Amino acid sequence: MVCEMEDDPIEDMEVEVLPSMWPEDIDPGKQFNIEEPGVDQDMLEEVTIPEKPTFLDLKWLTELVDFTDKGSAQLSHLVKHWEYKQANVVRLLREELDNLSRQRHEAELRELRILEEHRFEEDAFNGDTKRQISVLEDIYEFWKEVPRRKKDVIVENKRVEVDAEYDTVMYWKQRAMNLEKRLEASVQREQTLMEKLQESMKNLDGQSAPAEDLTQILKRADNFLHFILQTAPIVIGHQDKDLRYRFIYNNFPTLHEEDIIGKTDMEIFSGSGVKENQEFKREVLEKGKPAKREVTFETELFGLKTFLIYVEPVFNKAGETIGINYVGMEVTDQVKKREKMAKLREEIAVQKAKETELNKTIHITEETMRAKQMLATMSHEIRSPLSGVVSMAEILSTTRLDREQRQLLDVMLSSGDLVLQLINDILDLSKVESGLMKLEATKFRPREVVKHVLQTAAASLKKMLTLEGHVSDDVPIEVVGDVLRIRQILTNLISNAIKFTHEGKVGIKLYVIPEPSFASREGGHHARTNPEQSTALENTTSKEEKNLLRSHSNITEEHEDEEKPQAPQTTVWIRCDVYDTGIGIPENATPTLFKKYMQVSADHARKYGGTGLGLAICKQLVELMGGRLTVSSKEHMGSTFTFSLPYKVSPVCDNSDDSDELPNVAEDDITAGFFQFQPRALGSLFLNGPAQVQKLLPGKLNGFVDDSYMFPASNIVNLREIRSPEDACSVNIDAVESTSDPECSQSQSSHPDGDAANCKGTDSKPPFGNSRSQSSSSEIVSRIDSEERGSKVDNRLANGETLKEMQRLEKPETSPESTSSGKTESLKPEMIPRILLVEDNKINVMVTQSMMKQFKHKMDVVNNGVEAVRAVQRSSYDLILMDVCMPVMDGLQATRLIRSFEEMGNWEAATKAGIEEPSSAGLSPNEHKSSEPRKRIPIIAMTANALSESADECFANGMDSFVSKPVTLQKLKHCLEQYLR
Amino acid sequence: MEVGELQQSLMDYMNSLRSQEILDSQFGQLQRLQDESSPNFVAEVLTLFFTDSKDLIKELSEALNQQNVDFKEVDSCVHQLKGSSASIGAQRLKKTCIDFSRFCNEKNRQACLKCLEQMREEFNLVRSKLNGLLQIEKQIVAAGGSIPIMDL
Repeated sequence: MVCEMEDDPIEDMEVEVLPSMWPEDIDPGKQFNIEEPGVDQDMLEEVTIPEKPTFLDLKWLTELVDFTDKGSAQLSHLVKHWEYKQANVVRLLREELDNLSRQRHEAELRELRILEEHRFEEDAFNGDTKRQISVLEDIYEFWKEVPRRKKDVIVENKRVEVDAEYDTVMYWKQRAMNLEKRLEASVQREQTLMEKLQESMKNLDGQSAPAEDLTQILKRADNFLHFILQTAPIVIGHQDKDLRYRFIYNNFPTLHEEDIIGKTDMEIFSGSGVKENQEFKREVLEKGKPAKREVTFETELFGLKTFLIYVEPVFNKAGETIGINYVGMEVTDQVKKREKMAKLREEIAVQKAKETELNKTIHITEETMRAKQMLATMSHEIRSPLSGVVSMAEILSTTRLDREQRQLLDVMLSSGDLVLQLINDILDLSKVESGLMKLEATKFRPREVVKHVLQTAAASLKKMLTLEGHVSDDVPIEVVGDVLRIRQILTNLISNAIKFTHEGKVGIKLYVIPEPSFASREGGHHARTNPEQSTALENTTSKEEKNLLRSHSNITEEHEDEEKPQAPQTTVWIRCDVYDTGIGIPENATPTLFKKYMQVSADHARKYGGTGLGLAICKQLVELMGGRLTVSSKEHMGSTFTFSLPYKVSPVCDNSDDSDELPNVAEDDITAGFFQFQPRALGSLFLNGPAQVQKLLPGKLNGFVDDSYMFPASNIVNLREIRSPEDACSVNIDAVESTSDPECSQSQSSHPDGDAANCKGTDSKPPFGNSRSQSSSSEIVSRIDSEERGSKVDNRLANGETLKEMQRLEKPETSPESTSSGKTESLKPEMIPRILLVEDNKINVMVTQSMMKQFKHKMDVVNNGVEAVRAVQRSSYDLILMDVCMPVMDGLQATRLIRSFEEMGNWEAATKAGIEEPSSAGLSPNEHKSSEPRKRIPIIAMTANALSESADECFANGMDSFVSKPVTLQKLKHCLEQYLR
Repeated sequence: MEVGELQQSLMDYMNSLRSQEILDSQFGQLQRLQDESSPNFVAEVLTLFFTDSKDLIKELSEALNQQNVDFKEVDSCVHQLKGSSASIGAQRLKKTCIDFSRFCNEKNRQACLKCLEQMREEFNLVRSKLNGLLQIEKQIVAAGGSIPIMDL
């Protein structure tokens, strides 16, 4: 009881907790849940089950069924099922039989009793028993053929019995007979049943093989599978242990049965994935464990398809694998979708990452721009007062100072100059980076640019160096480009080269190259050089030799197709090499070479100074102009900086044109088809070859010896060369002697006292005031004389310079008045300086004029650039104050036109700009002088705003200085003091 | 009022203009230019400035109300005004001009119009302040005193 009580709830609970997943009418135990046949027959009939080609190796199936675990299990299950059914039938029959036997037994007992009771009568009527048989026979017949009638007969008999007299012998006899008959019938029935049973038993024996049932079940299973699988993209197969197909079900067969059965995958088709598939199957076969895998096939048979395959091993009864079952489902679309999804997801992720990155970059860029803007503004703000300090120091340096004071002042000047340069560089950089740098297209002569740059460099040269320039004769006489920027780049590179070169030479080479590939992006045979060049920044030294070779090969090539780039198109690519024999650049430093504020090492920075911005600016400028700047270098051997730039060539520009336009430019510069500078010195600037230097110098003495004042003895090479001609100038020779001591040439650095004495004579070399120091030297008088003569030439020489500092510093000498303060005084009474104010704002004019009045100067006023040019055409001025931003023509352009006049000696440029030349009848003061070289009028810009009209731009356009607006008395005073002496 | 008081009040007035950033030290430059040879220099310059600026502002407003605004033209007007206001030291007006110029470059008409409004206000302010200043100066001159110069 207790056990039962415990068991019951558990069973209940189990039932509750785990309700069957199966529908109630389905027996979970059965393999195939098929409804009773007949019930669903209609449904199945509606479904047309096409007889699919099922390839079946019947023999193998039998074997399978007989020998595999699975087969035997399935078989035994079927047999059990059948046995159960049969047993049930037997049980039912048996029960019936028992029933009958019991009935018979009862009947026998009753008969026995009756017989006991009526023994007598029975004995008496023995003969009737025989008759009884016949009756029974009759009854038997009746029962057999017409059972109902038999009953009737019996009833009749009974009636007959009733008819007989009750309780008579007859009655009892009849009754006994009647009972006998019933017994007989019962026995008969029993016998019949027995027979039937026997028959059934016989039938049973006949049905001993369950094939019929099995077949039916199998057929139904088969139909069911077909029904389920008829459109499923599934392949089912069985392969034996040699992986030969024994069975395959394939909805979309492409092969016939005979092509598959008995063959392996490898034999059936070929292509990618087949081998993998085969190997996978073999693996499963060997490991004996089912597994799934996705395999992509690419076969000729069915193209590119992906299958998800399931392979399970099949064991025989002994547990040995005898083959595999294989189910494959085609999932190509799903895989594609999945891949697409993955790709999409990846793209989305990338997109998002990019977005964040972009946002970050935008943020950073904005910040950077703001910072740069501020830096630019600040730099400008710093520059104005600083230039004040430097100018004051310069003025101070023109006064009499003792040695110590001079040394201090020199340090002050060089420091101030460095800071100014740094600020200029920063401004330049930030302008390029913020896109504010505008390029100008002006016609210029590359040869002149090279000449001027070298000339400028020579002017401040303090080393035993040869400066040289080679301009290949295929370089056009005139090209169009931003000459100021190009000069800036060249100057920067040259000064860099000089800085790092202690002996040997520094030079510029100019030649035409075909359009490089970084510009055209086409793969020509020239093109190969340039992508490498662009990367050369990172990895130069290793390629330098190649680079050099290339450059040579380029040269030869260029000569061949020299006409080609010029004739059809108006753009020509000119390559410029700036080479030196200096300390070179170590390989590991090249990557950072063009980075801002980077120098090869801190050691270098200390030793050579500089801001570390120069090369960065050069690179940015070159790139801004559409070119490339590269470097190749070998340590201790030298470096070559190379940049290639496109220039427009104006078709009218021809040799003949030029000579017409520029009558006063040295003929060699233009007319020579082959143009070359050789070991560079000031004295030889206008000469055509090294051999000519000495010969020609004396002849041109009156004009050119003065150049050595212009770029005073600081150039040792120059002086050495001059020394050899007979008597260039004793002063110069003196200077050579003292300056040949390299230490002494470094006049900026503080010297021991002994040297200082020597330096006195060579004081003309400090970077700032070649002339300032001259006042202290004993040669003043002769110098002034020569300067008087030479200043005109000097102006012409200097007017193209981009080195702003140089321009500013040369100014004092170039003005016709003396360079020394003492002399200014002496000249003052004679010279009433003529000042021109170019300004469109009436109030500004009024204020400036009033200020000028305070300084007791008179001033002409014009209102725009055109008027300014006309004013300069009409009369000569000693100083021009030029507003930058003006209607009609701005100050920059006006300055360029005036400079062009000074340089060229004619108003060609102005005429082109729409300003007619003054009529010759007017006999303007400049007109009659036109054959002579013109002096350079100091032009002071009046700027209002840091970035749009920056001081750089003023300098770049040929202005000498700038005064920021609003003009104050102090600023004006400085300006006048500086330029009107 | 005594000359000294007048001078003091002018100083105070100028200092207050300076602290409000209506004027900057450039005005002192202007004052320095006034001497015997041009005793009314400041007044002359300021008068010129007033009429000139008034014209410019009118011109600006016309230019900005055109169908197609010529921002170059507008900018050149602004530049003019910037130059003159810088010359007399009208600091706030100058700053407005700088903003204006930026909006011109951006071709932002709406902002320009707004700036023009501000410019008018600034101009009227500086004009009234300077007129007041000139009044005091006149009184000082009438009282026989010299005009103190705004310190730098």
